[in-house]
Amino acid sequence: MRRTPTETGTGTGTGTGTEMATGMGMAKETGTRMSTGAVVTGDTERRAGDGPGGRPSRPDRPGREADTDAATPRTSTPSGRLAALGRAEFTLLLRNKTALFSALFVPVATIAGSKVSLDRIDLGKSGLSMVEAALIGGLGTVLIMAVYSNLAAAYTARREDLVLKRLRTGEASDAEILTGTALPAATVTLVQCGLLVAAGSLFLDVSAPRRPELLIAGLLIGTVLLAALAAATSAVTRTVESAQITIMPLFLISVLGSGLFVPLDVLPEKVASVFELLPLSGVMTLIRAGWVGGIEAYDVLGAALTALAWTVLGVFAVRRWFRWEPRR
Amino acid sequence: MTEPSRTLTRTPSWNDDSDPVIEVDELRRAYSGGFTAVDGVSFSVGRGELFALLGTNGAGKTSTVELLEGLARPDSGEVRVLGHDPYRERAAVRPRTGVMLQEGGFPSDLTVAETVRMCAGCTSGARPAGEALEMVGLGRRTKVRVKQLSGGERRRLDLALALLGRPEVLFLDEPTTGLDAEGRRDTWDLVRRLRDGGTTVLLTTHYLEEAESLADRLAIMHRGKIVVSGTPAEVTTARPSHIRFTLPPHVPAGRLPLSLRAAADGQRVEIRTRELQRDLGELLRWAEESDVNLGALDARSASLEEAFLDIATEHAEAAEAA
Repeated sequence: MRRTPTETGTGTGTGTGTEMATGMGMAKETGTRMSTGAVVTGDTERRAGDGPGGRPSRPDRPGREADTDAATPRTSTPSGRLAALGRAEFTLLLRNKTALFSALFVPVATIAGSKVSLDRIDLGKSGLSMVEAALIGGLGTVLIMAVYSNLAAAYTARREDLVLKRLRTGEASDAEILTGTALPAATVTLVQCGLLVAAGSLFLDVSAPRRPELLIAGLLIGTVLLAALAAATSAVTRTVESAQITIMPLFLISVLGSGLFVPLDVLPEKVASVFELLPLSGVMTLIRAGWVGGIEAYDVLGAALTALAWTVLGVFAVRRWFRWEPRR
Repeated sequence: MTEPSRTLTRTPSWNDDSDPVIEVDELRRAYSGGFTAVDGVSFSVGRGELFALLGTNGAGKTSTVELLEGLARPDSGEVRVLGHDPYRERAAVRPRTGVMLQEGGFPSDLTVAETVRMCAGCTSGARPAGEALEMVGLGRRTKVRVKQLSGGERRRLDLALALLGRPEVLFLDEPTTGLDAEGRRDTWDLVRRLRDGGTTVLLTTHYLEEAESLADRLAIMHRGKIVVSGTPAEVTTARPSHIRFTLPPHVPAGRLPLSLRAAADGQRVEIRTRELQRDLGELLRWAEESDVNLGALDARSASLEEAFLDIATEHAEAAEAA
């Protein structure tokens, strides 16, 4: 992270340029020895809130007291912290082949698979075409795999590696740490969903989203909900490997009961009305209403409320039960 | 040697015109199993002071430091860091403290530079990555994955991250564990310079020579309590010196002058004394006159190590007696 050169009073050239120039200059002098004399002096000066006697502070160098100055790049901000955490997490995602596979490939494979299974189901009652049902289920699968499964493992890994504990010693708040960690997964998910919708609308004879705002709301709420449920799930998950098991309950009830593979309205009415209350059902209804329509306003409202209620529950569960350190 | 706990009066060794930077009052922390890790700990650290918390493994050092770092809430008692509660007023305290945990938490698939960048993004007034890494001698390892670093290099990286925000208060939990001799000396030099630059440092260690050479003041913890505190000199001068030697096989320990109050284990003899010069003189005169050759003769003033071992033994005995 290169910062504006704002040091004063460091004497050895720390204030003059990029980190590399500084670093190499010091390395020449001292080899691998720790070398700080001059730099350390800077601490006292900064603590005093302005430059040392006679040496003028540069205007772009804030003391602690000037931290409220929004123009300075030196105070860490929530967005800056989220970006830093998200960037690191994105790098980790790219280097984790298992996570990439389950986030990118599995949803596509599932759509192909569900097309086959949907061949055997009479979709007449749902008013959906087979392709529509497969694609809507595909969006749900993306949410489950890329957000829920991926993040349950990621939160667990960061906790077991003590990364979460370390981050909590810094300036980022708990919410920022969890959100920053979720950013790459959320981004990957929303991009994938965008591609699916585009592909469906352009090549697969599915209409363009009829109510894009509902579709987007469904995807966003789904992402937040599943990220919260992932964090809650990681609270009962000791290792990254066991995350594959602890995600199963929600995965299974969502696949079977939230309309991922089988639209709820082809099920018996009583069963369907119970299934409508499952965590992901509201989100799936919003997505379907947003893309292909055909759902009454009353049901849309109910779905939105269900989804929001689960999101609130999920966030509450995280605040109440999330673990920041490994169990000893 | 009889009182189980004592606090030595201390002479302020720092220049203090303000409130203490760290204030701890009657701190208690129990774990869910009912184990009390911190049991009524109180101390304060002034600005620019280097305070060492010593103790055996399990003495409660880390449990105490975690309360100061604001990672956990004490069950009772009060912590103030820079005038704030580090747990409840996190946002007020964090930008001014640097923390090196006992065990570094790094995502193992990130490189050194990426790790520093992640943390720098969460740190106000962060040093440039190169500068922080250069300070700890890791300037040439920026592109290496964290998982490929040696244990000592990880410790250095950890220190670099703690220093990233030019903290006013630095918490170092066993900063040199796992370092080789040179790395330890480098760290000591760095910590000393930081302290000289005005940084307040609280460190825990189980290397006694580390506390002896670095600390302005120290406290020795045992089973969750502070049993002795003061400057290193105060803690050690309150302790007896030792004379140790081996008698030749034909000389029974009973022949030693009674005034020396020697304790013998076979031919190995140990004398604990507060009058090292007098007793050593007497011993040597006796050996000369009796024509006895003292093997492996070793006479030494109390070191922190002896003080430490004494305390551990005393308390173990006190616990058995109770």
